Amino acid sequence: MKRKSIIPGFGLSFGITVTVLSIIVLIPLCSLVVFTSQLSFSEFIYTVTRPRILSGYYVSISTAFIASLVNVVMGLILAWVLVRYNFPGKKFLDGIIELPFALPTAVAGISLTHLTTTNGWVGKIFYDLFGIKIAYTRLGITIALIFIGIPFVVRSVQPVLEKIDLQYEEAAFILGADRRTTFWKVIFPEILPSLISGFTLAFARSIGEYGSVVFIAGNTPYETEIAPLLIMSELQEFDYAAATSIALVMLAIAFVILSVNAFIQSMVSKRVSGLA
Amino acid sequence: MDIRKDKGVLKWVLIVICFVFLSVFLLLPLVYIIATAFRAGIQGYIKAVTDEYALKATWLTIRATLWAVGINTFFGISAAWCLTKFAFKGKKLLSTFIDLPVTVSPIIAGLIYVLTFGRQGPLYGFLDSHGIQIIFAVPGIVLATIFVTFPFISRELIPVLTAQGTDEEEAAALMGARTFTIFRKVTFPHIKWALLYGIVLCTARAMGEFGAVSVLSGHLRGKTNTLPLYIELLYQGYDFTGAFAASSILVIMAVIILILRLVIEQKGKKEIDINR
Repeated sequence: MKRKSIIPGFGLSFGITVTVLSIIVLIPLCSLVVFTSQLSFSEFIYTVTRPRILSGYYVSISTAFIASLVNVVMGLILAWVLVRYNFPGKKFLDGIIELPFALPTAVAGISLTHLTTTNGWVGKIFYDLFGIKIAYTRLGITIALIFIGIPFVVRSVQPVLEKIDLQYEEAAFILGADRRTTFWKVIFPEILPSLISGFTLAFARSIGEYGSVVFIAGNTPYETEIAPLLIMSELQEFDYAAATSIALVMLAIAFVILSVNAFIQSMVSKRVSGLA
Repeated sequence: MDIRKDKGVLKWVLIVICFVFLSVFLLLPLVYIIATAFRAGIQGYIKAVTDEYALKATWLTIRATLWAVGINTFFGISAAWCLTKFAFKGKKLLSTFIDLPVTVSPIIAGLIYVLTFGRQGPLYGFLDSHGIQIIFAVPGIVLATIFVTFPFISRELIPVLTAQGTDEEEAAALMGARTFTIFRKVTFPHIKWALLYGIVLCTARAMGEFGAVSVLSGHLRGKTNTLPLYIELLYQGYDFTGAFAASSILVIMAVIILILRLVIEQKGKKEIDINR
């Protein structure tokens, strides 16, 4: 149905929206495309398949993946505890979950680094007891990414868990299911889509994360050098072609991750509405 | 009998896991920053935070944040109005573009501005002949800050305006109210809290942005160093007390933001309940 709206201000608000969007987002993105079209394909392939660059991608993706998995488990537990239980300090717990959003990444980065060096409050314990080094290793990067990703899974599961109707659990209970069966067969399938979407959001954010990781990583080539840092160092050498090539691959990875999530979410909503 | 009640042991085990996890990952870094900031005593702390360059960095951070919040508020209101009150072709595409900046790595955000306004960019000749410097200068920092916080306000407003519908505005328009009168008297009261919430989130992210700003800053002490960049500079110069003292300013702001967030959320909820 198409009809002219009686509410005024369409031209004005549309104009402002498109103008600001163009200046801030579209024109800069276009210049990325234009610059890319000037690169030769063989040069692009050569740049992004250099062993050091490949290792950067590997480090970024593997640490982000592990960190996001940890956040799925902890996020589920946190959301469950916050929705289902009452206990002293609940408000406080709920409030500090957003801390990684509010605390600047560089600040989190230097603090986590200092805590986990072999002389740090936490790092010393792990080094003395188990001989494990945290700062300046991939473990350190993973820790920083867990910090960054905590709010994503909690905040996407929490509202879904709040909305689950008591009837489902009552039905399961009457049919003789115990608590564990009810959780895995009734509740878990309901919250699975939100878990996946929390995971992808945390994963996509973690792959591109720079501020909190750059201090704790130590940035040893082939060991703890992350992809965003590689872009940064190419930029500092004014090699814009190389920086752009690395960035394009990262944009492609982010795009794939988000599309997979969009696909899963649309499959789920179809299943729920009974279309598939 | 409440079938949602877990047996005591499981409940308390999960609660303890949550408290331990969040204490280690979120609270410990905060405590560590404050403790290290005051390592050199109150005098040392005051000296570090009132350092000439620290003050200049703080001022630049405040300026960039104000710009970002101002422009994004203006943009966010127009975009939300445009996307929720009217039906038009390309609406979905427009909202996808608005959300795009949050999925782009901050380093890539910096890169696209370097490609647009830098020496090899299409606009460089024009800008240079007019003596306008954008990258490695304050305008670049402001642009990067706007980019990374771009959808923060519109994203808070759109769900509220969608839920509210268009009936009230249509009635006002039929009775002859003009655009700004409709907005001020009809729409604004509905989005007040959501807008404030968006502004708080935008402020939090804007003052702490590191990666994108780091690419675009000339790293000139006292000129193009924001607070997070100044912290990095001190940290890399092994002035840890100074770095953590400067960080504590941002920690205090982050805590204020978390408290504001909770207050706004509560107020907003209360108002919705009353209206029902």
